[in-house]
Amino acid sequence: MSYNEIERQWTTRLRRRLVKVLPPEKALPDTQPAYVASWIYVFGVTTMCALAVVILSGCVLALRGPQWWHGSPEGHFFNSLHLWSVEIFFFAMVVHLWGKYFMAAWRGGRSLTWVTGAVTFLVSIVAAFTGYLSQTNFDSQWISTQAKDGINATGGGAYFNVLNFGQMLMWHIVLLPIAAVLLTGIHVLLVRKKGVVPPFEDKVKAPA
Amino acid sequence: MSKKKFRPDVDAKEWTGAERPYDIIKEGTIVFIVVAILTVVLAVVFGSPDVPAITIKKWANAAPADFAMDALSQLNGTSETSGYGPPYNDAAPGQQLGPLHLVKWVGVRIPINPVRDFVIDPLKSAPQQPALSSALSAWSAASATKQTTWVANYTKAATNLKVVNGSIVVAAANDGPVPVMMQSLLAMGRSGALDEALGNERGFYSTNYTLPLLFLEDGTYLANQAQNQHLLGPQWGMMNETGNYPGQAWLWLYTFWYQVSPMNSSSNGDIEVWGIMMLLTIGLILVPFIPGVRTIPRKTRIYRIIWREHYRSLSP
Repeated sequence: MSYNEIERQWTTRLRRRLVKVLPPEKALPDTQPAYVASWIYVFGVTTMCALAVVILSGCVLALRGPQWWHGSPEGHFFNSLHLWSVEIFFFAMVVHLWGKYFMAAWRGGRSLTWVTGAVTFLVSIVAAFTGYLSQTNFDSQWISTQAKDGINATGGGAYFNVLNFGQMLMWHIVLLPIAAVLLTGIHVLLVRKKGVVPPFEDKVKAPA
Repeated sequence: MSKKKFRPDVDAKEWTGAERPYDIIKEGTIVFIVVAILTVVLAVVFGSPDVPAITIKKWANAAPADFAMDALSQLNGTSETSGYGPPYNDAAPGQQLGPLHLVKWVGVRIPINPVRDFVIDPLKSAPQQPALSSALSAWSAASATKQTTWVANYTKAATNLKVVNGSIVVAAANDGPVPVMMQSLLAMGRSGALDEALGNERGFYSTNYTLPLLFLEDGTYLANQAQNQHLLGPQWGMMNETGNYPGQAWLWLYTFWYQVSPMNSSSNGDIEVWGIMMLLTIGLILVPFIPGVRTIPRKTRIYRIIWREHYRSLSP
C-alpha cells in the first residue's frame, strides 16, 4: 500500500518533528553502547516498575474509596502492596540517583535529564507525604498535625492545608501522580534522545 | 573560530565504539515481574500498619481531665491554636527567616476563633438542656470583660481539676456559666457529639478536619500516643512509622536538622530547617552547574567501579 504524506498539515508536521527529535531506533533501540554493562543501570527501570506497581495498587484502593482498607482484609493487602512498592520505589530511586551522580550523568548535554530526575524525586516525596496524610488513621492525624507547623512557617499552609483531608487526598491521587508520571516520561524520553552517558576518559584530551 | 575547551565534568564525547545487543523491553518486563513478586512477598510477610484514628470521644473517655484542660485552654486563650498566629489568627507574628516574614505576608487565610469554633458553636449545636441554654444565654449577654473574668476565675479554680464519674470537679468560684459550659462540652466529647460538631462544621458533607485535628493536638493525649509509637520530633518521628515499619526514611535529612542546634531550640526552627532544605534542594537540582560539586564524581573515581568492565576492556 502506497503512502503519500499530506503536506501543509499540522499532524504531518508534528509527526516529522517527533521523528526528527526522537527517531524510532533511538526511542526503542535494540543495542546499547558496550559500556552499558553494570547492575547500576537496573535501578532506573526498577524505579519505573515500582512506580507502576504503586499506581496499580493505588488504583485498586481507589476503586472502593479511601477507608475501604481499614475493614477489609483484601483492602489491607492492597494497602500493603501500595506501601511496599513505595518503599521499593524510593530505594531504587535513591540508588539510581547516587549511581547517576557518580557517573556524572549530566555530561554531554544531559543536564536537563538530571534536572527532570531530581525534580521527579522531589515530587515523589510530596506524593508519598500526601499518601501518609490520606491513610485516615492515627498516622495521618499525627503526621498532619506536626507537618502543619513546618508548612505554615513558610506561609504555604494557607494554601496547602495538610489538615484538610479532602485536599490532601486529591493531591495524592490526581495532581501529584500526574506530575510524577509526566516528569518520568520526559526524563525517559531525554535519556532515549541523548543516550546513556559514556564513561570518563582515563586521560582527558581535547576532542580531535 | 576558536575551539571550545573540553570540560571533563560538563562535556562528553559522543560514543563511537562498540555496541552490544540490549533488549530494553525484555529487561523492563523481567524487572516488572521481579518487583511485583517482591512487593507481594513483602506485603504478605510484613503487611502494613493501621493504628486506628483517635476520636474525640475516645480521648474524652480515656483522659477526660486532659480533654477538660484542653477545652479550658481554648476558652482562656492559652491553647497552641489560640496563640498560633497566621494562617489561623493574629495572636502571634509567626516564624521568620532573617528579613523573610512569609507567614505575616500571607496573613490569616484559615480564620479560627478557638472560643467560638471549639466551644460556643459546638455547644449551640448540642440538644439544648435548660441549664446549657441558660448558660449560653448568660455568656452571650455578658460583656467581653465579664466573660474574661469568669474564665479567669474558673482557670484559677481549675488548678486541681479532676473528673469524677464523668463530672468535672473544681473549687467553687465566681465563674458564671463557665462550669456548665465546660461540663456540657465534656459530655459532648464523651458521647461523640463533639466529633460530629467539629467534623461537620462546614455542613453535611465534609472532608476538612482542620478543626477537630487542631483541637485534638492542643491536648496532650495525642502526643502521648505518638510518643508510645516513637513518633515525636526528638525521636526522629518525621521519618518513623507506627509499629516497626520503615516509614518515610527518605525524610532523614529533613529530620536531621531538627535534631541539631540551633534549630532544635529555636523559635524559628521550622522555617530555618525549611530554608536549609530549600537551599539543598536547589543544590541537588542544579548539581550539573555547580563547580566543585560536579567535580566530585571524577575525583573520587567511583565510576571506575561502575564501568569496571569497560575499563578492563581498555587494558592492554
